[in-house]
Amino acid sequence: MATAKRAARPKKANSSAEELLHYYREMLTIRRFEEKAGQLYGMGLIGGFCHLYIGQEAVVVGLEASAEEGDQRVTSYRDHGHMLACGMDPKGVMAELTGREGGYSRGKGGSMHMFSAEKNFFGGHGIVGAQVPIGAGLAFANWYQGNDRVSFAYFGDGASNQGQVYETMNMASLWKLPCIFVIENNQYAMGTSLKRASSTPELYTRGAAFGIPGEAVDGMDVLAVKAAGEKAVAHCRSGAGPYILEMKTYRYRGHSMSDPAKYRTREEVQKMKDEKDPIDHVRDMLTQGKHATPEDLKAIDKEIKKLVSEAADFASESPEPALEELYTDIYA
Amino acid sequence: MTIQILMPALSPTMEEGTLAKWLVKEGDTVASGDIMAEIETDKATMEFEAVDEGVVGKILVAEGSENVAVNTPIAVLLEDGEDASAAEAAGSAPPAEDTTAEAPALAPAAQPIAVVEVPMEDIPEGTTFTSIPVREALRDAMAEEMRLDDKVFLMGEEVAEYQGAYKVSQGLLDEFGAKRVIDTPITEHGFTGIATGAAFAGLRPIVEFMTFNFAMQAIDHILNSAAKTRYMSGGQMGAQMVFRGANGAAARVGAQHSQDYATWYAQIPGLKVCMPYSAADAKGLLKSAIRDPNPVVFLENEILYGRSFDVPDLDDFTVPIGKAKIWRSGDDVTIVSFGIGMQYALEAADRLAEDGISAEVIDLRTLRPLDSQTVVNSVMKTNRCVTVEEGFPVCSIGSYISSILMQEAFDYLDAPVINCTGKDVPMPYAANLEKLALVTTDDVVEAVKSVTYR
Ligand SMILES: Cc1ncc(C[n+]2csc(CCOP(=O)(O)OP(=O)(O)O)c2C)c(N)n1
Ligand SMILES: [Mg+2]
Repeated sequence: MATAKRAARPKKANSSAEELLHYYREMLTIRRFEEKAGQLYGMGLIGGFCHLYIGQEAVVVGLEASAEEGDQRVTSYRDHGHMLACGMDPKGVMAELTGREGGYSRGKGGSMHMFSAEKNFFGGHGIVGAQVPIGAGLAFANWYQGNDRVSFAYFGDGASNQGQVYETMNMASLWKLPCIFVIENNQYAMGTSLKRASSTPELYTRGAAFGIPGEAVDGMDVLAVKAAGEKAVAHCRSGAGPYILEMKTYRYRGHSMSDPAKYRTREEVQKMKDEKDPIDHVRDMLTQGKHATPEDLKAIDKEIKKLVSEAADFASESPEPALEELYTDIYA
Repeated sequence: MTIQILMPALSPTMEEGTLAKWLVKEGDTVASGDIMAEIETDKATMEFEAVDEGVVGKILVAEGSENVAVNTPIAVLLEDGEDASAAEAAGSAPPAEDTTAEAPALAPAAQPIAVVEVPMEDIPEGTTFTSIPVREALRDAMAEEMRLDDKVFLMGEEVAEYQGAYKVSQGLLDEFGAKRVIDTPITEHGFTGIATGAAFAGLRPIVEFMTFNFAMQAIDHILNSAAKTRYMSGGQMGAQMVFRGANGAAARVGAQHSQDYATWYAQIPGLKVCMPYSAADAKGLLKSAIRDPNPVVFLENEILYGRSFDVPDLDDFTVPIGKAKIWRSGDDVTIVSFGIGMQYALEAADRLAEDGISAEVIDLRTLRPLDSQTVVNSVMKTNRCVTVEEGFPVCSIGSYISSILMQEAFDYLDAPVINCTGKDVPMPYAANLEKLALVTTDDVVEAVKSVTYR
C-alpha cells in the first residue's frame, strides 16, 4: 500500500504564496475546463447530460489538498471537477466527454460515468445517492486491510435525502469506517431548493442519530475547506469512524445543460458570483498579500487557457472508439 | 481572430430551436458568463451565455427566427482590437454546401406495393382529430382523470413547480394545486412506498419516476408491495395506482440512464404493463390505467414525448388495456413491436413495401396482459414473424412471443421467428457505439428478408 505523500500538494494550514497559487491554478483549471465543456456541448461535440461544476471549485480543490496518496474518492455525475482535482489528465477527461477513444473510459462512459483506477477515482455515478454506500465500501476495504487510507464520498443536498445514505451512515459508524461524507450543498437539487426537500436544512447534523460528528463549512472558501478536510481526515485516520462535512456552495449554471434554471432569480446567481466567488477570493488574497502581480495571474490564466484548449483539441481529434469496443469490457 | 458564435445544442435531443430574443446588440462588450440570448428548445426557453469575451460584431440571425439548426452561425464576436470589417468578412462566409439535393433513387428490384394503413378502432364516425405531442396527450389524460376523481393525485420529483423534468405535468400544479400535484425529495423508495400505502387506503396515486432507471430504487415496493398485496390479502385490499415515466434509451445518456425495463415488469403477476407508441394510445391507455383497479406500470419514452400524432377530439377517449393494435395490414410477414420499437417497425414496413413485401404491423401497446391472440391470428395468415424491441435480447418480450407462437401456431410458421432487440451490452456513450447498440430499421428489414427468404 502506497503511503508516500503527494509531492505536489502543499500541506501547511497557514497559507503560503505557493499554496494560494496552487489553489488558484487548480480552481481556474476546473472553471475554464467546464466553460469549454459547455461550449463543446453547444457545438454538439458532447451529448446527453452534462453537469458543470462551475461555482463549486473550492470544495474539491480544498479537500484534495487534505488528501494523501492512496486515499479514494467517489462522486455523482457532476464529476469533472473531482477528476481534475485528483490529478486526472484534462485531455482524457475531455475526450471522455466527447465519447472518444482517448477518453478515460475509451468513450464508453461519458460525462457521468468516468473512472481512474490509477488516481483512486471510483466514479462518476448517474444514480443519485448510489455513490454513498460505494464510498463507505471503499472505506470498508481500508478498514479490512488495516491500512490508514480514507475515502471521500461526495454527494449533493438532494442526494442527502436518499434512504441508502442513512443505511450507510449507520453501518459506517457501527463499524468505524474511515469515510468522509462530503455533502456538496449547492442549495438546489435540479429545480428543488433545499428547503422544499429537506425537513431540516442543517445537513451536517444528518449523522447525529448514528453518532457521526459533522460540521458546516464555507465551501466557497478553499482555505476553510482545506482546514475542515484536514480535521476530518485526522479523525478518520485515527480510527474514530466516519465524519460529515457539509460544504455550503453554489452552482452557477443550470443543473445540466438543458436546465433553464427558472427556479431562482438572475440576481441570486449574480450575487453569489459577485460576493462569494471562490476564485476571485483567492485572486484577491494573492494580489492583496502581494504574492502575485496581475501580470503573474494573467500568465497563469493564459497557461490554463492553453491547457484547456489543448484538451479540447485532443477531445475533438481523438477518433471514435473502434466498433469492436461495443462488446469488450462486459466481463473480465 | 473573430469568433463565430454558433446556435448551441441545449438538450440531449435538440436539433434546432427558435432564437427567441437577443439580450445583446451589435457593439456591446460581453464577458464570459454574460447572457447573450434566449433560445427556445422543444422543452424550455434557455439562456445562452457567452463563453469568450469580446465585442458583438454582427448579429447574423435575427430574433424571432424559428427552426435555426444547431451549429448555424448566429453572431460574430470581435476579440480585442478588431473592428467591424472583420465581422463583415466572417459573417459573409460562403454558406455551407447545399445537401438537400436528392440522391438519385435506386431502381427497386421488385414491384412496390401500397402500404395498407388500418384506421383507429372504435372511433365514432365524423370524429375530428388534433395532432398533439405525446407529452401533452399524457398530461391531458392525467388532467381529465383528476377532474373526474379527486382521489387521483400525482407525486414525483419535479412534477409540480418545475412542471415536470420532461414537461409532462405542465400546468397541472396550476389547475389542481400543491395537495394533488406533489414535489417529492429524491427518495424513490420512500415515496413509492408512501404512495402504495395511500393506495391501500383507497387513494389513486400516480407516481411519476423521472425515468424508470430511478424506479430501480423503488422496484421493491412496485413488486413486493403494490403487485402482490391483492393476492396475499386474499382479495381484501390492493393498490389502484399508476407508476409512470420515461423508459428506455434517450440520447447519449450512457449505461445507467438508458435501459428498457419492459420485460422486468411484464414478468410480474399482479401488475399490468402498458408501453404506448402513439399520442392517442398514450392518452387512451393512461386514462384506462388510472381507472384500472390494479397497479399499472406505464412505460413512456423521452424521444417520443416530443413527437406528434393525431388524437381524437373526444371528451372521454380511452383505449382498453390488454388489446394490441394493428397499424398496417399485410400478408407476407407479421412485425410485432411496442413503444419506440414501433418507429422501426413502421419504417421497415414502408421500405419493405417498396420491395414488394407486404408486412402486417402489430403494436402490442400492453405487455401484460399480452394480446397474444392478435399476434397468433396474424401469423396464421402471414406465416412469418419478426419482433422488434429496444431492450436486451435475453428473456425479451420477443422471446416470449416466439414461445407463444411455437405453442399456438407451430404448424403455421414457415420460418423461425426472429427477435430484433437492442444489443446484449450496457448502453455505450460514444455516438458510434450507441448507434450500433440500438435496434434499427435496417435490422428489421434484414430480419424480414431473412424470414421471407428474399
Ligand atoms: C435515483 C435517482 N433519482 C433521480 C435522478 C435524476 N436526478 C439527477 S441529478 C438530480 C438532482 C440531484 O441533486 P443534488 O443531489 O443536490 O446534486 P447536484 O446536482 O446539485 O450536484 C436528480 C433528481 C437520478 N439520477 N437518480
Ligand atoms: Mg444540489
